Amino acid sequence: MISDITLGQYFPAKSVLHRADPRMKICLTIFVIVLIFTSQNFFSLGLVVAGVAAAMVLSKIPIRLYLKSLKAILILVIFTSVLNIFYGTGEPLWQWGIFRVTLNGILNSIFVSVRIVILILTTSILTFTTSPTQLTDAIERLLRPLAKLHVPVHEFAMMMTIALRFVPTLLEETDKIMSAQKARGADMESGGLMQRIKALVPVLIPLFVSAFRRAYDLATAMESRCYHGGEGRTQMNILKLGQTDWLILGTVLLFFAGYLALNILFPPAIRL
Amino acid sequence: MNILETKELTYQYGTGTPFQKTAVENVSLSIREGEFVGIIGHTGSGKSTLIQMFNGLIRPTSGQVLLKGQDIWAEPKKIRQVRFQVGMVFQYPEYQLFEETVLKDIMFGPKNMGLAEEQAKERALRAAHFTGLKKELLEKSPFELSGGEKRRAAIAGVIAMDPDVLILDEPTAGLDPRGRDVLLAQITQYHRERHNTVLLVSHSMEDIGRTADRLLVMNGGHKAMLDDTKAVFSRGEELERMGLRVPQITKIMQQLRGMGCPVDPATLTVDDALKQLIPYLKRKEEER
Repeated sequence: MISDITLGQYFPAKSVLHRADPRMKICLTIFVIVLIFTSQNFFSLGLVVAGVAAAMVLSKIPIRLYLKSLKAILILVIFTSVLNIFYGTGEPLWQWGIFRVTLNGILNSIFVSVRIVILILTTSILTFTTSPTQLTDAIERLLRPLAKLHVPVHEFAMMMTIALRFVPTLLEETDKIMSAQKARGADMESGGLMQRIKALVPVLIPLFVSAFRRAYDLATAMESRCYHGGEGRTQMNILKLGQTDWLILGTVLLFFAGYLALNILFPPAIRL
Repeated sequence: MNILETKELTYQYGTGTPFQKTAVENVSLSIREGEFVGIIGHTGSGKSTLIQMFNGLIRPTSGQVLLKGQDIWAEPKKIRQVRFQVGMVFQYPEYQLFEETVLKDIMFGPKNMGLAEEQAKERALRAAHFTGLKKELLEKSPFELSGGEKRRAAIAGVIAMDPDVLILDEPTAGLDPRGRDVLLAQITQYHRERHNTVLLVSHSMEDIGRTADRLLVMNGGHKAMLDDTKAVFSRGEELERMGLRVPQITKIMQQLRGMGCPVDPATLTVDDALKQLIPYLKRKEEER
């Protein structure tokens, strides 16, 4: 059954990072990404790696989930590191035709791979520890200043929330319609590509019809509860920065101080 | 002869995960050819899972489903053949309509069976007639029909495959009282004319009491009872413990009997009740 698919990667657990304010998490994630890209040598990058690793431990999420999220970019990592090996400068360690491997190239390739890997791990920490609803909530709050420029921030957030809310519902619906058409002998498992696409028509049409019906129903339900958009609307769960959030921020800033020192004290390791 | 038989049928969801749940456990039963069996049970009692195993939409975790004595999963590639023989009308079947016209939609099943256009059309027309769909509706888009008409069109779409066993999951849910009565009457009529086997899942004890020869009662994934309708409904207290009840008229008659009225405690329909009560009341009147 397709109902096993989970949306997003949220993994519920009880950890400091789960409890933290999603706005803080988003901001710090962006901050760490900036650090990853401005790092100039292995020492400062190493410090970021240590910080991310500590956060992964703190998140209380099984390590295999992190590894799974890395699997998707494995090819990208291999590709870029191989390319980088051959693009180094300096004395060649090994040469064959136009292919030259230098120490600088090897270091470059390691540096870039580590960057990509911790970039993915950092964003994974955010999506693993924050539910989609929390994420949209936080994005709405963070983008609120844009509302002054007449950007419909609330509407976008509401659309995102509704879309997320209906994914499991529509999956269930798809399952039901598929069963009903299979009961009438629809064959969805065999045949060529064209045949399979054609076989989807009896599923897609009822699915669209039902999606529209649900949209109308939802609109009516929202209107009959006097929904009129974002203006003056209060929230059930008001995001509030607590002690933990300041503590996390403090820790990250401490790391940042160390990072700056390492970045300045040691010479840049790579030239890109 | 038994047309449908199950042997120690079990179905388990999410085996090996924290969500593991046994929906149907060790159900062995047999359905005779040509009978009308009602299936009742509390929500979550395993009815839906059970009937979806009857036509091979769900593959059992263990146990067997025998159709005319043959294990339906003996050759998994031929499972579609099973679905043509065991027709299944899902709850709210109107949501499965998709074709341009009602007629084409009803022909979807027969055409999947590999029938020629003409033959499929003939079957579709017959099925539409059985379910009481007016001829002028057949060329319309299914999305123009009213709720009740859509329901009929969808049921016709399954009947058109001419299955030996017809399973209906709550076919009258959401219809108005008259629509319910008419649809039920048509299903019984179809059953009588075709002499096929019908399994009807319903929460309405009245509907079940009126139509079924035998009743299968499911409770917590187990087969609780499978017996003649009257016999099952005479065990009212047990049914109530499972969150079910007997038809209202049966309950009234049981209470009247408790008060000393000479009536049949297993009366299932209002008509039957009237046949007993009117003469009784007349006699009482004369005595006075």
